[in-house]
Amino acid sequence: MAVLVGEQRRQLAARSGSLRRRQQWRAFAWNAVIYALLIASGVLFVAPFVWMVTASFQDVGDMFRWPPSWIPRSPSFDNYVDFFAQERIGRYFFNSAYVAITVTVIQLFLASLAAYTFAKRRFPGRDALFLVTLGTLMIPGQVTLIPNYVILKHIPFFGGNDLLGQGGHGWLDSYWGLIAPQGASAFGIFLLRQYMKTIPDDLLDAARVDGASEFRIYRQVVMPLCRPAIAALGIFTFTYQWDDFFWPLVIVSNEDLRTLPLGLALFVVRNRTVWDLLMAGSVIATLPVLIVFLLFQRHFIRGIAVTGMK
Amino acid sequence: MAVGSAAIQRQRPAPPRRGGRRRVLREMRKQWSAYLFLSPVLLLFAVFTFFSVGYAFYLSFHQWNILEPQKPFVGLDNYARLLEDERFRQAILNTVYYTAASVPLTIGFGLLVALLLNNQIRARGLFRALFYLPVVTPLVIASIIWKWVYNGDFGLLNYYLIKLNIIQEPLLWLADKNLAMPAVILTSVWKSVGFAMVVYLAGLQGIPEDYYDAAKIDGANGFRRLRDITIPLLSSTTLFLVVISVLGSFQVFTQIFVMTNGGPLGRTRTIVWYIYQTAFKNFDMGYAAAMAYALFALMFGFTLLQMRFLRREVEY
Repeated sequence: MAVLVGEQRRQLAARSGSLRRRQQWRAFAWNAVIYALLIASGVLFVAPFVWMVTASFQDVGDMFRWPPSWIPRSPSFDNYVDFFAQERIGRYFFNSAYVAITVTVIQLFLASLAAYTFAKRRFPGRDALFLVTLGTLMIPGQVTLIPNYVILKHIPFFGGNDLLGQGGHGWLDSYWGLIAPQGASAFGIFLLRQYMKTIPDDLLDAARVDGASEFRIYRQVVMPLCRPAIAALGIFTFTYQWDDFFWPLVIVSNEDLRTLPLGLALFVVRNRTVWDLLMAGSVIATLPVLIVFLLFQRHFIRGIAVTGMK
Repeated sequence: MAVGSAAIQRQRPAPPRRGGRRRVLREMRKQWSAYLFLSPVLLLFAVFTFFSVGYAFYLSFHQWNILEPQKPFVGLDNYARLLEDERFRQAILNTVYYTAASVPLTIGFGLLVALLLNNQIRARGLFRALFYLPVVTPLVIASIIWKWVYNGDFGLLNYYLIKLNIIQEPLLWLADKNLAMPAVILTSVWKSVGFAMVVYLAGLQGIPEDYYDAAKIDGANGFRRLRDITIPLLSSTTLFLVVISVLGSFQVFTQIFVMTNGGPLGRTRTIVWYIYQTAFKNFDMGYAAAMAYALFALMFGFTLLQMRFLRREVEY
């Protein structure tokens, strides 16, 4: 009896061993498939990107050659030098940075202030005002595009306008026009409000008992606790603004105010063939967002989870 | 302590009852700083959103050219013109084509990549960054790179397709009336798969491991676990992505402007491209405002439809 049991056990062990081996093999094959798919699609995804960087260090002659060379034959910075010499790229770069940073700072400040008010204070009309704020999310930019252009043109006392907003170009062709209409973001307010709601009221009440003003509570209690959400929103806003093309295209005609995407896009439309310089310009335009992304990658990814965008 | 809690009580009163107008006013005076904190954003919204929407409506009823002093009222003429405008009809069809192709491709591929990355694999962060790289690349730059990739004479795409014997002759991707739109769509998919991937990854993390364990015990294989657990539980994520992507696709402009500028033969003219041309090249702003309202109506209708259609699927 005891022998039989031992025999059975051995058989059982052998069977489960082969099962385990089969499972292991299957897991291995499955992993191989996963890696193959990931590597293949990953390569396809970065290829255009790598090509841009390679091309920016190549001579035009080498760019126009089949087979394409993925490693520059005679790498040089000539394209960059030429690009800076030919186009006022430094100016474009400054404009992009100035507008993107200013808009980000203003948006974060105004949105967090509003978010705090909506999340943590009670006052008559709060829910109605919050609904009004959310309502702006429903309206696509194309509807407000044309009227906003007309509104900017008629801002009084700017750009040669009189009191009634006549006679000049107002905020068109100005940093004001590039920045002011982007100052309020309902998306940012909503996002920060959701985050601030998780802060316990007791903390704020304790500060109120100590006689802190509402602004001080906002600045010294709420803001430090919201750092992850602020970081995520800030990165998001900066990249979005750096990327923005449509609005500058519409309101800027003065070459000195072109942002980098606008300058490059008009460059493509005007000179159809200067690919070497274009690739250099593209690398320059991508670098800031790339750096921000690599530095704050975790925030980027976490931001999406934090913001409840799922 | 007792004094303190009394102060807190005063800070948060019960909602005012009917007829308490004076109390409301007193409360408003006491909470004056709340209104102060909100005033900058509310002012900006008032001018650049709410006034603007009304003003667009006003414009759409006028023959409104920014260069002409006379801007006569024309009633519904601009909207009537829309119905007969062959180019507008074409722009709508092109936009629908773009949306119908790019949204499912982006979301499907994003889900696939997310599922692959959701396994125990090495260099997960690296892969995630690779797929996310196009998302952070400025759209204008992405369009420029791809314009080069599609180049008829020296483009990468033609070179490798010929080498793999898929095509014999180089194709003029962006100048061919049947290929231009697919080419633009491919660029957009490349640009936004990473976003869908990250959102799906966040969604996948929210699915409890227990569900899979239970299914395994019941003998469900990988495909069935995917079909019966993962995809249904991701449906709210999918809904979010579909709504966001469709609304974004309806507004496609930059890729078109840089890569094809509406050509060839108007095959890549989209609604927003046409609005831009009408308003800022022809300065026919009244008509363009009417178009913008038509787009708004289209987007609004689509959102309602999607909400209703997809909500049913969520309640599986």
